[in-house]
Amino acid sequence: MSKIKPRGKVPKKASVDEIIEIKTLIRHPMHSGRMKDKNGKNIPKRIINKFLVKFNGKQVFVMDLEPSISTNPYIAFPYKAKETGTFDFEWTDDNGEKYTMSRKMTVS
Amino acid sequence: MKRQKMIMISRRDVMYLFGGVASTALFSNYALANPNLALKRIKEISKNNVEESDLFLDVPEIAENGNQVKVSFDIDSPMTNEDFVKTVYLLADGNPAPNVAKFSFSTDMGACSATTRMRLSKTQNVYLLAEYNNGKFAMTKSKVKVTIGGCGG
Repeated sequence: MSKIKPRGKVPKKASVDEIIEIKTLIRHPMHSGRMKDKNGKNIPKRIINKFLVKFNGKQVFVMDLEPSISTNPYIAFPYKAKETGTFDFEWTDDNGEKYTMSRKMTVS
Repeated sequence: MKRQKMIMISRRDVMYLFGGVASTALFSNYALANPNLALKRIKEISKNNVEESDLFLDVPEIAENGNQVKVSFDIDSPMTNEDFVKTVYLLADGNPAPNVAKFSFSTDMGACSATTRMRLSKTQNVYLLAEYNNGKFAMTKSKVKVTIGGCGG
């Protein structure tokens, strides 16, 4: 299985009150529990079930994912830039593992 | 001269024929009226207090591959502490499970929109349900034709 790897695109610089778009993607199989492998055996369900975004420690966006979300979940959302800080992204796997990523943004 | 064989249709046969057509129509109607899980879920979430509205839900009209269908939405809201969209639900009525995703927004975001990719197992309706901070609900739906289904099997 390929390694689970988060990726994200946050503008490095933004002006005050500018609405920026943040794009994220995590490489994950998102097994819905309905697919079968080559031998006809059911692949057990294993998905990313939660995506959480914090800015300077404050929670700003949460998404709950269900098996109907595609392999390698892509999520894009807006954010209104006010101050310089760090975004913390966190994906939670069905098996309890958490994958994290941080991105800095300078607001002038 | 060649004698042609006439097929005689009696009145009784005609009645049988019509009866047959009528019952087929009736039964197919029953078959179509299977419970719509997505609508049921929407009623559950909104406690039957939902209005159809023209929220902007962007899905392709025809999806060639049901494994990766891009979905995005944009809800017109000032996103201030007094007036903002709290939660947005994405549902589909033809998938094995109606729930697709739940987005929890905050006022820090400045706008209420998001983009993701979803699986669609067959041609179906995609629903968007928005919950406002004043407890109101609004929904919209859009039909997507799917050429190749995306739920395995």
